[in-house]
Amino acid sequence: MKLKKNVAVSETGFLFNPSTGDSYSINPIGMDIVNMMHEGRSKDEIKRRIMADYVCDESTFEKDFYDFTLMLRNYKLLEENA
Amino acid sequence: MHKPRYTIAVTGLNAIDSPGPGLAVIRALRAATSFQVRIIGLSYEALEPVIYLHDQVDKTYQIPYPSAGQDVLFERIAYIRSREGAIDFLFPNFDAELYNFIKLEQRLASALGIRMFLPTAEQFDARHKVQLYEFGSKHGLDVPFAKAVFSVSEVEAAARGIGFPLAVKGKYYDASIAYNADQAKQYFNKINAKWGLPVLLQQFVTGTEVNVCGVGDGKGNVIGAVPMRKLYITDKGKAWAGITLDDEELVRITGKMVQETNWRGPFEMEFVKSADKYYLLEINPRFPAWCYLTVGAGQNQIEAVVNLAMGVEVEPFDDYKKGTMFIRYANDLIVDIKEFEKISTEGEL
Repeated sequence: MKLKKNVAVSETGFLFNPSTGDSYSINPIGMDIVNMMHEGRSKDEIKRRIMADYVCDESTFEKDFYDFTLMLRNYKLLEENA
Repeated sequence: MHKPRYTIAVTGLNAIDSPGPGLAVIRALRAATSFQVRIIGLSYEALEPVIYLHDQVDKTYQIPYPSAGQDVLFERIAYIRSREGAIDFLFPNFDAELYNFIKLEQRLASALGIRMFLPTAEQFDARHKVQLYEFGSKHGLDVPFAKAVFSVSEVEAAARGIGFPLAVKGKYYDASIAYNADQAKQYFNKINAKWGLPVLLQQFVTGTEVNVCGVGDGKGNVIGAVPMRKLYITDKGKAWAGITLDDEELVRITGKMVQETNWRGPFEMEFVKSADKYYLLEINPRFPAWCYLTVGAGQNQIEAVVNLAMGVEVEPFDDYKKGTMFIRYANDLIVDIKEFEKISTEGEL
């Protein structure tokens, strides 16, 4: 699961898609996930890190991660084959 | 390095809610690095705001409306040139005046030494809204089906053939979306009264509005092309904010149009992106009001057009800064009534 190469992510959580001109603000936990996606980390690695850094059980992570990535896909921010 | 100083005349000084491109063109000319400028404003009405922007326009003259004809326009330009000593280049910026200027291009150059860099009359006619569907079919561009209508009695049958909703468009400006035959007739009458015939009924395509501002060199080469998405659209459909896009497909389509038509001069292509398909809605044969964004993105296309006309070698731009935004703003100028009086009575300021 990878973000498109040309999607720009700032340190403040501002995400810009130059293909569509759309921009988004994401919160700190979203930033962590997006940064790990940018680094090419797997879903399991992301899960481990998030559960270690935040108070979060596995089922909550699974549900919220699914919602988050669905949103990224709907906004066409993920690579098509990811 | 010695920079030439050009006197450049510019129309489209109506920086209003549906703005002419004049102010953006002037700002781009003043930002040019290869020449310096003296700007002559050419106005139609005394309340065009840019007339009074003295840090942008050095002198303004009123010119006759396009309906007065080419000879009257030529005489007025000849008078202005005699007052100014020289006019090196002229930027017409309105659709409605372009035909006269295209027809006068050779005459203004040979008799008065005033250069322009405009599409040919054939290019101008071929991309006209009324012909755009055929233009698209000929050049392999997707264009929504459209039909030109010359009488209100034709509207209902034509509209039902296209289906609702549909866009009702004036031949130069204005567009409204009609959801039934009554609305279509109402908009036909309104647009006919303002812009004349024909009125265009066009298949309505929903999606994201994206535009390209570009320049062709007349030999099939793109000198510059910058795609932009409107971020804020006024109730008149004008971009009040926009952002440059990273869109290779739009640049490719633009290149195809320029190559196939040998387009000469500036243009704006208006598209709707619907399900990853680009539908061409219009080609405007001039710079758009947002053309200063091209300067901000690293392509001073306006400067390039002047240099092309002056015979200076122009390297095509090969890149632009993606994610560059423009946000338009409104401002109030304080004007001494003597200035308004002067332009109103003497036709000069």
